[in-house]
Amino acid sequence: MRYLLLIYGDESAYATATPEDMQNEIAAYGAFSEAITAEGIMRGGEALQLSDTATTVRVREGETLLSDGPFAETHEQLGGYYIVECDTVDEAIGAAKRIPGAQSGSVEVRPIMEFD
Amino acid sequence: MARVFREEYGRAVATLARILGDIDRAEDALQEAFAVATVRWPAEGTPRRPLAWIVTTARNRAIDAIRAERTRSGSEAARHRLLEDTASDELDSLTTETPIPDERLGLIFACCHPSLALDARVPLTLRLVAGLTVPEIGRGLLLPEATVAQRLVRAKRKIRDAAIPIGEPPADELPERIGGVLAVLYLTYSEGYVATGDAGLRRDALAEEAIRLARVLHQLIPDEAEPLALLALMTLHHARRAARTDAAGGLVLLPDQDRGLWDREAIAQGLALVERALRMRRPAGPYALQAAIAAVHAEAERPEDTDWPQVLALYDVLLRVTPTPVVALNRAVALAEVHGPADALDEVEALAELEAMAGWAPLHAARADMLRRLGRPEEAAAAYRRAAELTGSAAQSAFLAARGEALGS
Repeated sequence: MRYLLLIYGDESAYATATPEDMQNEIAAYGAFSEAITAEGIMRGGEALQLSDTATTVRVREGETLLSDGPFAETHEQLGGYYIVECDTVDEAIGAAKRIPGAQSGSVEVRPIMEFD
Repeated sequence: MARVFREEYGRAVATLARILGDIDRAEDALQEAFAVATVRWPAEGTPRRPLAWIVTTARNRAIDAIRAERTRSGSEAARHRLLEDTASDELDSLTTETPIPDERLGLIFACCHPSLALDARVPLTLRLVAGLTVPEIGRGLLLPEATVAQRLVRAKRKIRDAAIPIGEPPADELPERIGGVLAVLYLTYSEGYVATGDAGLRRDALAEEAIRLARVLHQLIPDEAEPLALLALMTLHHARRAARTDAAGGLVLLPDQDRGLWDREAIAQGLALVERALRMRRPAGPYALQAAIAAVHAEAERPEDTDWPQVLALYDVLLRVTPTPVVALNRAVALAEVHGPADALDEVEALAELEAMAGWAPLHAARADMLRRLGRPEEAAAAYRRAAELTGSAAQSAFLAARGEALGS
């Protein structure tokens, strides 16, 4: 089964991050990506631009309504994701807890609907 | 026969869920097997291996059901073909004489999985592992049957859709996951011990199911100290059950209990279990410490014989292991016995400042008792009234209100 690992964190921390902080973060994510690739469970993943670059789209009664920013206003924002392929949710949790962002933010593990 | 069904339910579901790959299918097949047994056992006699007979009969029914479904729908068929390929050897080789391995441990871990909603873990464990029916669970947890049924459906759907494994967790997660299982069993026991709502103080049947589950867990992982310690803790608490309520069903506190009503045999068993648990693991885990405290109380012939310094010392350790306000309150109660109510009241007042504790009835009851002993009856009466308002148990509320009124007059 494929699982989407959604990485939420307080992106305001990036405003005060030093170049060294950023390099450390990039290195930590690089190591994690390499690890799950070597384990053979990596199926994709991206880092996202800051949440204020988002546009939310709704269609109501044929009319398209656009609004700026992410759909949910919370103090943690979606910052990136991975897709992993695992036999059980325990394996997916095992990957999720090694994501660097899990240390400060949270990672949501969602099974992906498979249509066969 | 009903007892055999209940006793074997967990083992049968665990094995069938694995070989059929689906809990719902396992349960449906099991119900059919029970129906067949109800007709045939009285006529033909109980089989030599009832569990193997039940599992084999259920297996046959499940295969029939899968075949019937396959002719109906194309995409479903693909799934079941896969299922038959993976499990067919075992499906075929099963006979009414095959010894069935005990696979309940994996089922217990699935039922208590942290990905499931907390309020679903207790009913799911009672249903699948203990084999209770939905109406029995509803009565035990004081929930409408529809609510129980809905929680079970959602939890089983999540087990399937999120691929929650029916099996043992990886070794590095085992201690944490065992902790989760123990919490569910203790929650089940507590619900039977101080029942919420109007159904009287105790629901012994539920408490006894929790003890039975703890015994099963201990038998499945005998080298782990904490399941044994939880079994000891429950056994010691349960030994006092007859003394905990009066003729009218009202609450009787530990110092006022008729210790002649305590179940001495159960206490002896509980004490032996505590000793074993304490020898198995050092430093002692939280359940072993709580069981040791229960053991100190159980060993006192009269309330005044209680070794309170020992109780306080155990709470000091427990508070370091699990620094929660609940443990801190219980420690304060022991402190009142050793150093007097004035010191203890200071600690309780500090706890009452915590937002999470302000609405917790036991805190106000303990505060009331300390104020009473310090000769401050008006404040004590107010605290008893507050505790009576806050408790979820009607029997406890009546007891606390009566204490408050006794001071007011």
